[in-house]
Amino acid sequence: MAEWTLFEVFVRSKHGLNHKHVGSVHAADAEMALENARDLYTRRNEGVSIWVVPSAAITATASDEKEPFFDPSEDKIYRHASFYQLPKEVDQM
Amino acid sequence: MSQRNDLAEYLLRLGDSALVTGQRLCEWCGRAPALEEELALMNVGLDLIGQARGWYDYAAELLDDGRNADALAFKREERDFRNLLIVEQPNGDYAITTLKLFFYDAWHLPTLEQLSESSDERIAGVAGKALKEARYHFKRSSEWVIRLGDGTDESHRRISDAVDRLWRYTIEMVNIDPLEQELAKTGLAADPAFVAEQWQARVAKVFEEATLKLPEPAVPFYLNGRQGLHTEHLGQLLAEMQFLPRAYPDATW
Amino acid sequence: MYAQLVDTGVKRVKSLDEMTPEERAFQEKVDADIKIEPKNWMPEGYRRTLIRQISQHAHSEVVGMLPEGNWLTRAPSLKRKLQLMAKIQDEAGHGLYLYSAMETLGADRDEEIEKLHAGKVKYSSIFNYPTLNWADIGAIGWLVDGAAIVNQVALQRTSYGPYSRAMIRICKEESFHQRQGYDILLTMMREGNDAQKAMVQDAINRFWWPSLMMFGPHDADSPNSAQSMSWKIKRHTNDELRQRFLDQTVPQLEFLGCTAPDPDLKWNEKTGHYDFGPIDWAEFYAVIAGNGPCNRERLETRRNAIEDGQWVREAATAHAAKRAKKQTAA
Repeated sequence: MAEWTLFEVFVRSKHGLNHKHVGSVHAADAEMALENARDLYTRRNEGVSIWVVPSAAITATASDEKEPFFDPSEDKIYRHASFYQLPKEVDQM
Repeated sequence: MSQRNDLAEYLLRLGDSALVTGQRLCEWCGRAPALEEELALMNVGLDLIGQARGWYDYAAELLDDGRNADALAFKREERDFRNLLIVEQPNGDYAITTLKLFFYDAWHLPTLEQLSESSDERIAGVAGKALKEARYHFKRSSEWVIRLGDGTDESHRRISDAVDRLWRYTIEMVNIDPLEQELAKTGLAADPAFVAEQWQARVAKVFEEATLKLPEPAVPFYLNGRQGLHTEHLGQLLAEMQFLPRAYPDATW
Repeated sequence: MYAQLVDTGVKRVKSLDEMTPEERAFQEKVDADIKIEPKNWMPEGYRRTLIRQISQHAHSEVVGMLPEGNWLTRAPSLKRKLQLMAKIQDEAGHGLYLYSAMETLGADRDEEIEKLHAGKVKYSSIFNYPTLNWADIGAIGWLVDGAAIVNQVALQRTSYGPYSRAMIRICKEESFHQRQGYDILLTMMREGNDAQKAMVQDAINRFWWPSLMMFGPHDADSPNSAQSMSWKIKRHTNDELRQRFLDQTVPQLEFLGCTAPDPDLKWNEKTGHYDFGPIDWAEFYAVIAGNGPCNRERLETRRNAIEDGQWVREAATAHAAKRAKKQTAA
């Protein structure tokens, strides 16, 4: 039986904009989970911010449902900047 | 000249306490109560031994007698070590280890707060970096004291026993050492009165939250780490730590 | 390797025709190098074998802290002490990365560790050898981590996503481990006295063969390899990896100015590889079966750590519950 709670860990790196999932830690409470995550996942100065979430609190898509779930967005290429070709003079936009 | 020697002496005190604490943490390797704690303890140890090196480097320059940081760490006798008595105490169970760290951290943090503003740039530099580390150490050890104090009956009993066992050594965190007081007047060292006051306040606050009974202030007794009057435990610790450099005095590693 | 003799529970690898539609879809994904993720369907054998392999790998990282820890309190300089602390700390971290990957398969870390402590599962044979002088710490970094890296680099491309990602992270972090070890030995050989040089040769003599054994039995004696390879939880055979390790290590050995305890070790022009003498498999199987030099001590230390720590973990849990209750009340 697991004695401590399993927490998923998300780290925002110095240059990264969003928190990224990096793995999990065991801890008795959220505060300890943050510290354990700090010691485990940012030993090499990898992060500026950490989130921890009890693993049980995460609802995930089943990867086998990948197609119905994500493919509908695949053809909406107009959501991506590269879809819009601008004249060279203003192409830095 | 005399102030130079006094300052070197002071740096050795800082370095020795950090090194001996780090050495005791090394003894936990592979034996911590959880894998997450292995990483945490080793992190603290890495910070402290790194700091010790910083203090020894500067002390070696001031002493200017051909010894370097390693010689200061590995070639001095126990009578020459200047660490606080609390840090040389055996690890015992996790309650003792936690409480040792906490008492030390509660002294170390205000000490570094002051040293980071030392009139000596070199000291301010080492302390400035160490201060960030010590803030985290203090936070961590405080939380553990609270967890153990206000955890289960067993943990409460164990940490209360640890308080009983270790309290006498806390005299060194609150007494006013003349050398440090002198150095503090010139803005070089931490003001012992400030550190004592901070230590007492921090310990009282954490003890209250941990539901631990705060003993009467400790009283001076025969031993004094700053004067090199240690418990018997330090000699054993040094014998192990210094074994290789002493067995092969001229060797490079 | 860190995971040796992992049983797949499979006698013979099924062909695509013999598979159920689910199994076939799974195998085709693996064949196409599409990563398998935790919520994907997977054959029960794949899941179980992975749990076994990853936990064995994780246990090895954790038990592997002990032989090095034996010299941590006696490291001969502040620099060496810091390096070794950082390395051992990484190993604890790598153990945790791997347990974390294993838990995505529905396994429970504490339960798997209990199995280890009950002697029901294995960890790498190499960590049952004693560290008897400081040069052993160098030899472990150079040879043992070197052998591990050869295996782990290959495993970065393993089919299971979380395992692969853990391997990528571990490989990135471990790049300094082997250098740290080699640097210890090189310093002792170049700047050391006769006693130090003798320590280095002694360490190599003792760790040479056990390092080669880390890759596991010869391919002909590895009945589980075929299934593991087809699932891509193993990417190269034991003999391939062993040869790769040897080929890269011998020049480093010569550069040190040391020798291997193998009279048959020599360069083979024809094959373009080093030939080496027979491995003492009786020793390997004895160590794996529990009769190595330090098996009992290693397990005892780990068991005591977890047992002695139980009241600590319970206290933390109890305190967290009290706090949560107070917060709800407030």
